Amino acid sequence: MKLITAVVRPEKLPEVLEALFKAEVHGLTISRAQGHGGETEQVETYRGSTVKMELVDKVRLDIGVSDPFVEVTVDAILHSARTGEVGDGKIFVLPVEKVIRIRTGEEDLAAVTPAL
Amino acid sequence: MPTPSPLPAINGADTAWMMVACALVLLMTPALGFFYGGLVRSKNALNTMMMSFAALGAVGLAWALFGYSLAFGEGSPLLGGGGHFFLRGVGLEAHGSIPHLLFMAYQGTFAVITAALISGAVVERMRFGPYLAFITLWSLVVYAPVCHWVWGGGWLGSLGALDFAGGTVVHVNAGAAALVAAAVLGPRRDYGRQALLPHNVPFVLLGAALLWFGWFGFNAGSALAANATAALAFTNTMLAPVATLSVWMALDRLRTRKTTAVGAATGIVVGLVAVTPAAGYIGPMSAILLGAVAAFPSYYAILHRSRTRLDDSLDVTAAHGVGGLVGALLTGVLASAVWGGKDGLLAGDPAQLGRQAAAVGAVLLYSGGASFALLKLVGAYAPLRADRRHEGLGLDVPQHGEEAYTSGEGAILVLPEVATPLDSPAVSGLAAEAPLGSGA
Repeated sequence: MKLITAVVRPEKLPEVLEALFKAEVHGLTISRAQGHGGETEQVETYRGSTVKMELVDKVRLDIGVSDPFVEVTVDAILHSARTGEVGDGKIFVLPVEKVIRIRTGEEDLAAVTPAL
Repeated sequence: MPTPSPLPAINGADTAWMMVACALVLLMTPALGFFYGGLVRSKNALNTMMMSFAALGAVGLAWALFGYSLAFGEGSPLLGGGGHFFLRGVGLEAHGSIPHLLFMAYQGTFAVITAALISGAVVERMRFGPYLAFITLWSLVVYAPVCHWVWGGGWLGSLGALDFAGGTVVHVNAGAAALVAAAVLGPRRDYGRQALLPHNVPFVLLGAALLWFGWFGFNAGSALAANATAALAFTNTMLAPVATLSVWMALDRLRTRKTTAVGAATGIVVGLVAVTPAAGYIGPMSAILLGAVAAFPSYYAILHRSRTRLDDSLDVTAAHGVGGLVGALLTGVLASAVWGGKDGLLAGDPAQLGRQAAAVGAVLLYSGGASFALLKLVGAYAPLRADRRHEGLGLDVPQHGEEAYTSGEGAILVLPEVATPLDSPAVSGLAAEAPLGSGA
């Protein structure tokens, strides 16, 4: 089992979700995030103040998957979230010690979606 | 300083009412900004609201410099002349029973909101500069002539077409332009693929409320006096939307078993649009009937539009075009000389309905054609659409350098570079000692 954490552009989220659902990855958590990945800052002006926005809005996805689904999930995100410009985000794949589904108490492989 | 009025034809009560009415109509444009702004996604909120606010500047200016003269100057049946360019000859003299100057200002608020109405068809994708260029030209090339045709001594007025406060001049006119603009711009990239939801429904309700409030000035002010006709138009401006709102809520309930807030706001606007051409010509019970009937075509036009590829994003055509058309035609049916105007179909003059249809048809054709030409003209100088990346990001940051809802996290103040004032050693010494941004 792995935990896949991806940070993507908010405007790409609908495409990422579509790609994930097509790959039959149905269980996921998303959260709004702000980050900086080396992209040029966006400059905004409010009355006399010019500000550089060092942190850019991103969306973070956390997906617990069984091993055979790791590559599928990564591929889906990779192809749907890419624009080719700096700031497309990152995908992290982390080992997972234990997963427990709260409703049933099922553990590990039985608890990640989709179960194999 | 009680000096006797040098202009006895001017009536104090009329002038007082028309100043209030002018301010009321001016408020409708920011109100429209809230109405439209609430209906778009948060990343386009400022851009959408600015499309209305900026019309106050650009179109208001164009009106004072050229538009008023083209609409109300002495001219041919097709177009006003240049006699009042730069407000020449627009002074304190009486125009009817109010100062000419006030009449010009009041009519200017109509030009502004009519142009701003079109923005609802192109939100979330049109670049701001070309938009401004388009609506400013539109106010001179389309609005001013059409206004002249109906109210400025032009051919539709001579024909006897009734348009009390702008069903044809404002709503059919803007609706036709919106339809063309939506088609020329093409749909938003996400249209039909993703749910594009309103980001702030309370703004939509606030906008509808302020539009209704302002519309009392729009319709009752069109009497151009504080008289019985104004009171009739005022009352009808209350009663027709009341009926439209009731029918709209019922239709919503029948269709989805729920009464929606966005639907209610839309129903109010449709009722206001529909009663606009009729306000001073029909009785109050006719206004209720007109408002109720007008709900149906617009309601189903909105349902139908969202199933097509025509991305008239905020349904300007369905609400204003269709609503204005229905209102203009029903004016020809329900008008009654008993209430001070002319007789329509039901009161014994079926020809009035034909005159109404002719006016609507002429405005549809001219506004549609000229709007198409203007968009192509502006489009030849600069791309009308924002690029794909900016559309994805939302237009607020790329077009305006601002966000509607910023947390401020990660924002770093860029301090202005302190210019070295060579001619003042004392000041330059001070500046060198003081750290940047210390307030020196």
